Amino acid sequence: MKHLITLRVNRQTYELALAANKTLLEVLREDLELSGTKHGCELGECGACTVLIDGNPFLSCLTLPIELQGKEITTVEGVAADAEPHALQTAFAELGASQCGYCTPGMMLAAKALLERNPRPNREEIKDALAGNICRCTGYLKIIEAVELAARRISEPPA
Amino acid sequence: MLRLPRFEYAAPHSVTQAVAYLRDGAGEAVLVAGGTDLYPNMKRGLVEPRLLIGLSAIPELKGLTQGASGELVIGACATLSEVARDARVRAGYRALALAAHSVSTPTLRNMGTLGGNLCLDTRCNYFNQSYQWRQSIGFCMKKDGDICLVAPSSPRCWAISSCDTAPALIALGASARLAGPRGERVIPVESLYRDDGIDYLTKQADEILVQIVVPPRPDWCSTYWKLRRRGSFDFPILGVAAALQSDSNGFVREARIVLGAVAAHPLTLPDAAELLVGKALSEEVIAGAAELAYRVAKPADNSDLTLGYRKRMVRVYLERALRELAALDRDSALRDETGAA
Repeated sequence: MKHLITLRVNRQTYELALAANKTLLEVLREDLELSGTKHGCELGECGACTVLIDGNPFLSCLTLPIELQGKEITTVEGVAADAEPHALQTAFAELGASQCGYCTPGMMLAAKALLERNPRPNREEIKDALAGNICRCTGYLKIIEAVELAARRISEPPA
Repeated sequence: MLRLPRFEYAAPHSVTQAVAYLRDGAGEAVLVAGGTDLYPNMKRGLVEPRLLIGLSAIPELKGLTQGASGELVIGACATLSEVARDARVRAGYRALALAAHSVSTPTLRNMGTLGGNLCLDTRCNYFNQSYQWRQSIGFCMKKDGDICLVAPSSPRCWAISSCDTAPALIALGASARLAGPRGERVIPVESLYRDDGIDYLTKQADEILVQIVVPPRPDWCSTYWKLRRRGSFDFPILGVAAALQSDSNGFVREARIVLGAVAAHPLTLPDAAELLVGKALSEEVIAGAAELAYRVAKPADNSDLTLGYRKRMVRVYLERALRELAALDRDSALRDETGAA
């Protein structure tokens, strides 16, 4: 049996007919062709599939769209405001915080949620917020530095 | 892709409606809150429900409220993030705040609930594997097989109780409110568990855990220490919850010590706790209680790291927990290891 579901993804509304067992990760990648969200372990043990739901990081591999009606979903495709990249995207690019790139969308969304809640996090707070995202290239230092740089730029914009 | 098997989905809007779905589901229905334990298990073919009953749309199960007699009432579907950052929990029930904050990752804690953590399926190296892995080694009695691969001559399952919040809640004297077709009942959280890796909950199949009630504990102090390989993601391979009430001279009036992840149920240690009563917490007294805990804890060889190390760490972690409560601050620098707030 399929369920008729209305999903809000990156400020757009989608009407979908979905089987109950489809995860949000599958719907994003296969039905909406938003392949920025990555599938890693698919068991909640890596954070590659992290998206924001009403601003909070969630694992899309363990979330059912059927429970998300009326909620605002943000994927990495929705991080930039139109043509303007988000401060995190610029900082990640400038500092080489993305090596193979597979963990980057999840890292960036977890970091975005942190900066919205706490615009000037210290290093411990950044590590704590990213503790659910594994980078198998182990490029954590540059990722943390990129979040720090983005935080500085957001809270102290150049005159 | 590792996909979920097919199922039907129901989203009741009240506990009464959920109980009715559960009764009609007659053994083929499973309750789901955050799904962070159930969905991975379903993807691995460990649980095969025909009907999932989603609890996330039931307002009665949400949030934390202060009761009339000062008790804290936590809805079973309050997320672990909500519990860990609640000011009342942090101020009055430190063991619970630390335990909730130590579960898996910040992302998972936005989804996983307190009720879900209490009902967490027991875990075992021979169980939490893919279907192909389990098939190749021979299925175990918890799913698809008929022997225990940890103790092949044993008639029972030795899968491990791996929730962090149960030891903390038991140490704090919390109760669980269950709703079912015969009405409601309230039991101590400790009585929610049975010493069996398969049939690990005393909650009946047609009952729903609706609330956790923590009594006021104004003059108690409590803590939770967790052993695991990494500071994030991992389930506990040892959890130590301790709660104490002391008089103004520092003598212990009442104490509770509970271990997690060393048995199929949270292991309450009344003898070790009793040893503390009437005494000030000196290094000697602490060592005595830790020795008793070390003797009683008998972890099985079905989790991460080696068996001998895990058993030895019971002594070390209980000593650290009690030193923290006694403000013998030698180990405060180690606190961060547990991912504490």
